[in-house]
Amino acid sequence: MKLSELKFNQIATVKAVHGEELSLKLFEMGLLPGEEVELENIAPFGDPIAIRVGEYKMCLRLSDANCIDINVK
Amino acid sequence: MKQEITVALAGNPNSGKTSLFNALTGLNHKVSNFPGTTVEKKIGYSKLNAETRAQIIDLPGTYSLYPKSADELVTYDILRNKAETNFPDLVLFIADASNLKRNLLLLTQVADLGVPVILALNMVDLAERKGVFYELDILAKELGIPVVSINARNKEGISKIKNLLLDESKHKKVTYFNINQVDQNLLNEIGEITDKKNPYAALQYAINAGVYLNNKAKQINAAFEKYNFNPKQFQELEILQRYKVIDEAVRLSRRQKTNHVIKNITQKADVILTHRIWGLVIFLSLLFLVFQAIFSWSAYPMDLVEMGFAWLSETIEKSLPDGVLNDLLVHGVVAGLSGVIIFLPQIIILFAFIAVLEDVGYMARVGFIMDRIMRPFGMNGKSIVPLISGMACAVPSIMASRSIENKKERLITILVTPLMSCSARLPVYTLLIGMLVPETAKWGPFNVHGVVLMAMYLLGFIAALASAAVFKLFVKTKGSAYFIMELPGYKLPVWNNLLITLYEKGSAFVVGAGKIIVAVSVILWAFASFGPRGNMRAIDQKYATLAMSADATVSSEELAAQKSAERLQASYAGEFGKWIEPAIKPLGFDWKMGIALLTSLAAREVFVGTMSTIYSVGGGAEGDDLNTIKQKMMAEKNEKGEPLYSIATILSLMVFYAFAMQCMSTLSIVKAETKSWKWPIVQFVYMTALAYVSSLIVFNIFS
Repeated sequence: MKLSELKFNQIATVKAVHGEELSLKLFEMGLLPGEEVELENIAPFGDPIAIRVGEYKMCLRLSDANCIDINVK
Repeated sequence: MKQEITVALAGNPNSGKTSLFNALTGLNHKVSNFPGTTVEKKIGYSKLNAETRAQIIDLPGTYSLYPKSADELVTYDILRNKAETNFPDLVLFIADASNLKRNLLLLTQVADLGVPVILALNMVDLAERKGVFYELDILAKELGIPVVSINARNKEGISKIKNLLLDESKHKKVTYFNINQVDQNLLNEIGEITDKKNPYAALQYAINAGVYLNNKAKQINAAFEKYNFNPKQFQELEILQRYKVIDEAVRLSRRQKTNHVIKNITQKADVILTHRIWGLVIFLSLLFLVFQAIFSWSAYPMDLVEMGFAWLSETIEKSLPDGVLNDLLVHGVVAGLSGVIIFLPQIIILFAFIAVLEDVGYMARVGFIMDRIMRPFGMNGKSIVPLISGMACAVPSIMASRSIENKKERLITILVTPLMSCSARLPVYTLLIGMLVPETAKWGPFNVHGVVLMAMYLLGFIAALASAAVFKLFVKTKGSAYFIMELPGYKLPVWNNLLITLYEKGSAFVVGAGKIIVAVSVILWAFASFGPRGNMRAIDQKYATLAMSADATVSSEELAAQKSAERLQASYAGEFGKWIEPAIKPLGFDWKMGIALLTSLAAREVFVGTMSTIYSVGGGAEGDDLNTIKQKMMAEKNEKGEPLYSIATILSLMVFYAFAMQCMSTLSIVKAETKSWKWPIVQFVYMTALAYVSSLIVFNIFS
């Protein structure tokens, strides 16, 4: 499943990130394989989304979330 | 121990770095620019004991030493170069305890450059609220560096930091990443090319050199290819390995009281503040409040500034003998200075709002909410801050675009921000709208004057978006367009930090924009005061004889005003107006307006002052005088005997001032930010063309 498909109240772990530039940035921001993610907010126009990554909150566009594979717990 | 040690303060964004810097140095710091950039460089001093003080350099917050934005690059630049005068003896690293893992990534990279590091664990209270706390001894042992817990907001733990800074025996160099897994031959070669002994520092510099620093990039790429080294893959591996080390240190020292994550206040607030209806309503209301505040709260301080300068120029005028020096000081320097300082109240109010919203964590949400709207225009959510600030002044707004990582989106933001109607346009609009509609006119419950003014601001915003959409097609820069941003937890603002920020921003504006505006004012003053020799002398003589004849019907003041009007018309500026008249005639402008277009290059609001000189209104442009200018301008007839300032001409002028690039300070800041002449020239040309064409269309529709 993709991170972009995650629903509220579902907790998932990151499986893989596709795309070199994107994965570097996300790894630096602590979103790496094995980390826990949870959907927290959706912006007024449906995109971007805000997620909890481990212990903090960040936002990203759906197109980028679509490059992140997750496993729902 | 030496008398002064240099300490770099490093950490992630939102880790409380500013609070710690202020707690350590107070107001004992100065802000300058990092060489070759406009990124603010803050250096402060902190007294450690009777003999020793620390020079503390505040590095811009960053997530890693592979910089992705202009401000992050500065941090890397300071830390990579041991020959740099600001290279620190020690790095004081501040980390957010409520999100320790991600914060420590940068720490391990910094340490591997070969600088001793000490860790200040901030926001321990926040972590405790989540049920998390850390055994500092274990963390220190695992990381191999000293660790203290602090609360930067309440200035707790500052003395512990000072003691650590003094205790040289505790300053340890540690490494976290095993560089020996990289081909030794490659490391040797890279070490030679980059002239660095530390292999990790050399490799990291080489990787960044390919992306950011052009020197030696060819050599480096050749070496990478020779050894089949993929820098991106290496960075990924490096980050993952670092996290392994960090995970272990965190796992061993971390104690968790409860197992599940409690939904905190931030999440509850975000449900409303980013809600698809309430989020937008709250954002727009805040915007309205800011807008209101800028224009209503600033009226009184602006009057004070104006009165102060009126007094100053009067005093100088009276106390110095008549002549060029007197004229230069009063009409060149003081007039230019007052043109800058008059906007200080508005800018301070705007900055106060932005700083508070930033400090509490709301600004990041604005980016989150607006990203989808900005995207079709080649910008992202972070562009909204420069655009909003642009309503006060484009200069600091363009500086605020630094946080945008994507180069294309940043460039587009810089290019279109000056289309937002800044406060310098306000006096121009006020005068011109006053000529269109009486101030008391109403449309239902609304004041027409206000509605037209609002429309002008809206026009600027629409033009900014439309131009951005066009630039999106033409601007070619590489870099992926992701929008990944931390949404920090909501916090109460720290008022002390706010005051310090306002002081810094205010003085930066006065000094930065002031230098240019004063310089341009002096040049324009010369254009307006001198003319082809014969003309000026003839006027002087004519008025000398007139004064002698002492005609009782004309007061000496009126005579002086008429004289200065004639002088201006005969000056180089007047010549310029006549020269440019054929070009601006299709817009409905005459050569007198041409003079004003020229003088507006210093600052747009100079339009009003120039008009008052041309129409020989003595003194400033306040109250009765403003009405006098208005009446004189409205009484002006063209060669056919029709009013010169027809509705078409007034609207055309307003549109011209809304779009034209008439601000030297903005152009110079754009040059500094983009590090090239290309973009300020592009900006000047496109905005002037847009202004010209729009005015032409407006004039023809309405005439």
